[in-house]
Amino acid sequence: MRRRALKTMSLIASALVALTACTPGSPAAEESRTLKVVYQKTDSFTALDTMFQAAKQEFEAANQGVTVELQPIQGNDDDYGTKLALALRSPSTAPDVFYEDTFKVRSDVDAGYVLKLDTHLDGWADWDTFNDAAKAAGKADDGGTYAVPLGTDTRAIWYNKKVLAAAGISDPWQPRSWQDILDAARKIKANDPSVIPFNMYAGKGTGEGTVMQGFYELLYGTGSSLYDEESKKWVVGSAGFTDSLAFLKTLYDEKLAVSPAEALDANVWKKVFGEWFPNGKLGATVEGSYAPSFWQEGGSYEWPGYEQDMGVAPFPTRDGQAPGAVSMSGGWTLAVGAGTKEPDLAFKFLTTALNEKNSLAFTVESSQIAVRSDVAADSSYQDANPFVKDVSDLVSVTRYRPATSDYPRISAAVQEATEAVITGSRTPEQAAADYDAAVTDIVGGDKTVRK
Amino acid sequence: MPVSHRTRQSLRYLPVLPAILLLLVFLAGPVLWAFQASLTNAGLTGRSARNPEWVGLENYQRLLADPAFPLSLALTVLFVGGSAVLGQNLLGLAIAVLMRRARPAVSSLVGTAVVAAWVLPEIVAAFAAYAYFSRDGTLNQLMGGLGLAQADWLYAYPMVAIMLANVWRGTAFSMLVYRAALNDVPAEVTEAAQMDGARGWQRLVFITLPMIRGSIATNLMLITLQTLAVFTLIWVMTAGGPANASTTLPVLAYQEAFKFGDIGYGTAVASVLIIIGGVFGAAYIRLLREPRP
Repeated sequence: MRRRALKTMSLIASALVALTACTPGSPAAEESRTLKVVYQKTDSFTALDTMFQAAKQEFEAANQGVTVELQPIQGNDDDYGTKLALALRSPSTAPDVFYEDTFKVRSDVDAGYVLKLDTHLDGWADWDTFNDAAKAAGKADDGGTYAVPLGTDTRAIWYNKKVLAAAGISDPWQPRSWQDILDAARKIKANDPSVIPFNMYAGKGTGEGTVMQGFYELLYGTGSSLYDEESKKWVVGSAGFTDSLAFLKTLYDEKLAVSPAEALDANVWKKVFGEWFPNGKLGATVEGSYAPSFWQEGGSYEWPGYEQDMGVAPFPTRDGQAPGAVSMSGGWTLAVGAGTKEPDLAFKFLTTALNEKNSLAFTVESSQIAVRSDVAADSSYQDANPFVKDVSDLVSVTRYRPATSDYPRISAAVQEATEAVITGSRTPEQAAADYDAAVTDIVGGDKTVRK
Repeated sequence: MPVSHRTRQSLRYLPVLPAILLLLVFLAGPVLWAFQASLTNAGLTGRSARNPEWVGLENYQRLLADPAFPLSLALTVLFVGGSAVLGQNLLGLAIAVLMRRARPAVSSLVGTAVVAAWVLPEIVAAFAAYAYFSRDGTLNQLMGGLGLAQADWLYAYPMVAIMLANVWRGTAFSMLVYRAALNDVPAEVTEAAQMDGARGWQRLVFITLPMIRGSIATNLMLITLQTLAVFTLIWVMTAGGPANASTTLPVLAYQEAFKFGDIGYGTAVASVLIIIGGVFGAAYIRLLREPRP
């Protein structure tokens, strides 16, 4: 019996030895200097991967003994955000340098995930070439800068000239009001019922795409807004909100947009870029300034004729009131993790990744709007595609999302309202009332304002 | 040196100690963590990510007032009841009974086909089901070929689609359990009943089913708990949509915790799910213990 007990004990002991051998991170391994870089990569978005690969080579050659560990995350914007937030939660998985959506910067600063870069930026000569509007995107409530912008974007109407010409609409097309859009869409529909005349994203399937390339262009064109910057309160009960929903309802009810079932498919945008536009099955849609990145050589939906076939027009305000056009801007940044063991090295890598050469290549490949003056002045940027000037001009009327930590929930409530309207489960008035209730619930009654 | 009686007694438990430790760390640990987190306002990002505050039962109060919750609860019950308790269970039993009568070739062919869906990894099965039910999918092409009206299954009938997918994927388990159980029913008993003039269905209801009662309860318990936790299948096929029409509790918990970054609220939903699982489990255990009628 005793021998058996001994045997058991020794088995357990050996199991313990084996298990402890599994614990990660022997101290020796941590002394070799490694930078962990986390970013997004999808089958249709590889420009960033290209940029980091180049930066890795450049950086490792210049800094002997440093390894840059690239960790691309495959996923859409929502999934990437979730995965990144989970990685940031634990010091053992938190990256040193990461790719961060501008609208998440503030809430991640609040969470203590992001390193303040002010002292580092003072010593970086290139920082002066970044334009001020873009710099503001990396600022937090305390006035400090936490993230360096990679590029920005605007939104406009992209239309297929051939489809419009077939319906007798002259080129260049420039709608001056919502009514102009509806008139043109009805014409296209009457001419060829198999074509989708004018699509606008709606519902929760397309996530931020629903609001950035759709609802906000409508809402801000009514003179209303989502958030009152002065009083720092969320707007509820606005007539503009109901009107915007009613416009979507008209589009979907009259079958001027895609069917609700297609709209709720998270992959609908792939069809917009890859199938409907190139095949002349879509008249127009609201999309980002980055649209040419999908069609140009090396893009995921190469389309040699897009420069001739496509046109771009600013999205009009409701009745054409000043300033006559609406656009939304987002954009992404690079940030340094607050828990990094090598803050100086991490920042140095960030500056390598965003130097003029790498910035230019990335900006052109992903059709971003340049934030560095030297990149903006470069001829290869200006001539990258025929639309660069048009979409860059929209910076003068563009809006940014309120980047507070409540924003993702508010955005979801807006998406829900659009979904309820296009599926017909709620009228625009009911959906707007639901939204008001949801906002009050999320931020509390004292943080809302009736306008 | 003689080993005392007490030492020997306690040494007897040593071999199971690692198993108990593993269960505590990997099973009880997360459950307790989830319950603890559900009493805080822990977030994925924002101020509450750094310093979660103790909020007591606030998350549960919010949950009870949330209009999404009753719908989600009802959908979960429908999903479990329809696709596990009725679908997988009855279909599995039927296939197992019929396989005993079928020719060996037919029986092994059917067995392979049913088990094939089960051996697929969940994500692969989910994509296969998505491809089958989607707008341009196999089902619509088949129906088109037969001249029947086509439908947007995932949009118009999301619950039907995910329940059918879950039945397809999970029936193999019930079938295997029942095949094993039916093999244990002594042939003499069935033969005796046959001699007494019992028909086929009478033998099934009065002889076979009572004799495999234990297996039925075990099977029900396992498939109920498995189905309660199904997430990937639903997430890939409908992502809970349209308009929350297929948001079962696991999907709701995921959305709240990860999409909206409200970990406290998400874990509250998950805790409710654990309780529901516990209630089902307790009911089945009672069923196992009760004397035969």
